[in-house]
Amino acid sequence: MIYVVIVFLWTSILLYILLGGADFGAGIIELFTSKVNRPKTRKTMYNAIGPIWEANHMWLIIAIVILFVGFPKIYTTISIYLHIPLVCMLLGIIARGTAFVFRNYDAVKDDMQKVYTPIFIYSSLITPFFLGIIAASSVSGRIDLQSADFLSAYVYSWFNWFSISVGVFTVSICGFLATIFIIGQTEPGGDRQHFIRKAKRTIFVVMFSGALVFWAAYVDHVPLLYWIFGGLPGIIAIFSAIISLVIMFYMLNKDKPILLRLLAGFQVTMILFAATYIHFPAIVLLSNGENLSLLTHQGQARTISSLAYALLIGSIFILPALFYLIYIFQQKPNFKNNPD
Amino acid sequence: MDDFLAARLQMAFSLGFHIVFACIGMVMPFFMSVAHFYWLRTKEAVYKDVTKAWSRGVAIFFATGAVSGTVLSFELGLLWPKFMEHAGPIFGMPFSLEGTAFFIEAIALGFYLYGWDKLNKWFHWVTGVIVGISGLLSGILVVAANSWMNSPSGFDFLDGNYINIDPIKAMFNDAWFSQALHMSIAAFVSTGFAVAGIHALMILRGSNIAFHRKAFKIAAVFAAVAACLQPLSGDISAKDVAVRQPAKLAAMEAHFHTERNAPLVIGGIPDTLNKKVDFAIKLPGLLSFMATGDFNKEVTGLDRIPKENQPPIAVTHYAFQIMVGMGMAMVAIAILYFLVLFKKKSWLETRWLLKLFVAATPLGFIALEAGWTVTEVGRQPWIIHGVLRTADAVTPMPGIAYSFYLFTVVYLSLAVIVSILLYRQIKYLRS
Repeated sequence: MIYVVIVFLWTSILLYILLGGADFGAGIIELFTSKVNRPKTRKTMYNAIGPIWEANHMWLIIAIVILFVGFPKIYTTISIYLHIPLVCMLLGIIARGTAFVFRNYDAVKDDMQKVYTPIFIYSSLITPFFLGIIAASSVSGRIDLQSADFLSAYVYSWFNWFSISVGVFTVSICGFLATIFIIGQTEPGGDRQHFIRKAKRTIFVVMFSGALVFWAAYVDHVPLLYWIFGGLPGIIAIFSAIISLVIMFYMLNKDKPILLRLLAGFQVTMILFAATYIHFPAIVLLSNGENLSLLTHQGQARTISSLAYALLIGSIFILPALFYLIYIFQQKPNFKNNPD
Repeated sequence: MDDFLAARLQMAFSLGFHIVFACIGMVMPFFMSVAHFYWLRTKEAVYKDVTKAWSRGVAIFFATGAVSGTVLSFELGLLWPKFMEHAGPIFGMPFSLEGTAFFIEAIALGFYLYGWDKLNKWFHWVTGVIVGISGLLSGILVVAANSWMNSPSGFDFLDGNYINIDPIKAMFNDAWFSQALHMSIAAFVSTGFAVAGIHALMILRGSNIAFHRKAFKIAAVFAAVAACLQPLSGDISAKDVAVRQPAKLAAMEAHFHTERNAPLVIGGIPDTLNKKVDFAIKLPGLLSFMATGDFNKEVTGLDRIPKENQPPIAVTHYAFQIMVGMGMAMVAIAILYFLVLFKKKSWLETRWLLKLFVAATPLGFIALEAGWTVTEVGRQPWIIHGVLRTADAVTPMPGIAYSFYLFTVVYLSLAVIVSILLYRQIKYLRS
């Protein structure tokens, strides 16, 4: 049963990065769009993410619940030593979630929009930034359970080049997912060219920030190269991601939006796979060389099995409904045979 | 400020904020579905307007409830890691089920808000009902987790170890039913009175009367029915607390001395030094009757509870008095409303009745916050009743005071923005 729980945990994190990430990306690309094009970007993105945006963020709740029910020691260690970036991420989540709704549901469209929009845009940026920091910090080996002073226990645990570079990388991944997603929401020939150009730029940003992560890992003595290329599965994952990126580059101008989305999803899945598989089952690496493992720090057998059943039963309800929701609202931007 | 106090205040603030938004987000979908049903049945456009106006409210409150709930799931670990380390695997079952219910609510809300004129009209209506039901289920499940803290079960506590964990037994602990029932009804009472009050105000101001009359009636009927049910559920809760948490009941009633034929203390100022309550109305035997069903049975007083295990008496007592007082006022209004509805239809048009409802707008939420204070403060000094002390569960990270200030500012500004937003929604309806 423990493997059922682990698969759900990994999948929830992946889906949060993919769906929640594209969602954050919507705000991020609004930030990097010229003032002239902003309303257009905003409208297109809103039509696309409006119906599913609440659901996108549920994956984070599922992941956190799995952690605190099934792996309480891991949850509490992260909560204690990464308190500060977690709080920053939470502030981002509050600001973004509320600003998104406020700007779309305020009865009067006036200057208040000038308040909501920057809040939405900047919180879309900082939330995945700190999410990346938290993820990187859990494996950067800086969490020191013995440390007595404030800085080394609660600040240096996450404030280092490696964690920050992963934060930047996460932000660029979100922007990348959003631009690829938005291509399918636009009319070929019309706005689409604008977003294709944007997608090309974000691909370069992703590659650049990816390189930055390797540099930061080198500076901070994190053996990232070994983690990724130390085993055949990692090498295969990275190479298939690169190949699919090349394919994607060629397909950008073809009218194949669904294929583009699948390719983008595949690339991010491969990156997450390569980043996690070598540590498995370790999930938090401590400064003394020890680690917190999903297998040795799991809850008691009854807890794990009831959690697994709850997740399985839950997914029977959730997944079909979610697919139907996405399916129904993907019908909308079908410009060719729109009945109206 | 000391870190422990800061952590408690931050948690109280986060919950106090979340509870309001969660309750509205959980109950409004029912109002909305009723209005929607009338629209589908009668084809009177005004019902569609009411439905749409309320659905905007649902969207706003669902979103604020969802983010504040997400924050709470992290705050449990950020502030009380030693609690979560032990409690997580035991009381996690309702949380994992709540994840599902909440997810379904989010999906159904997506269908509902964006499904106008796109979905089959009855399927569309059903998605609205599902938003309500799954919201209510999430609420019940979260309260089941909280009730476990009051009534820990599903494990054996041996030499500081939590063994033989049974998450199902923990979920169906002794307190879950009475707490979940009381909380669910409270959500309907508070939201019902708040919504009815706002629409009553609009009728008094004479704007778009047809619209506000329909809206007022739906909300007022929900509020009145729930208000009349609440004392019954309160009675179940009182008897339950008397058995499981005598210290909490004693603090609620400022009941210092164990005695038979114990009086019900109404109001008053508890004097903890001299162990008496000044200026209170005392109804002999009534506390014994309410707690046990027998006027002569003994009710445990604070004298039987060791000092270090006593909850703060004054806060618990005042909060309880406020809750009951507000609750009774709402019962009175509810009974009056039913009389008017069935016997004196002509009074429905009178201004004083509407003014009464306007005055009652905040009562439900005041009672709700007070009741929440009773159950949380009344559980102190324990975070897991009789097992783990709150003070032993707090995070070792220093400087929580700053985090408390930060979250306070964030929540206060959110409250302000939501209020402005609501005001603008209402103003928009008038024009």
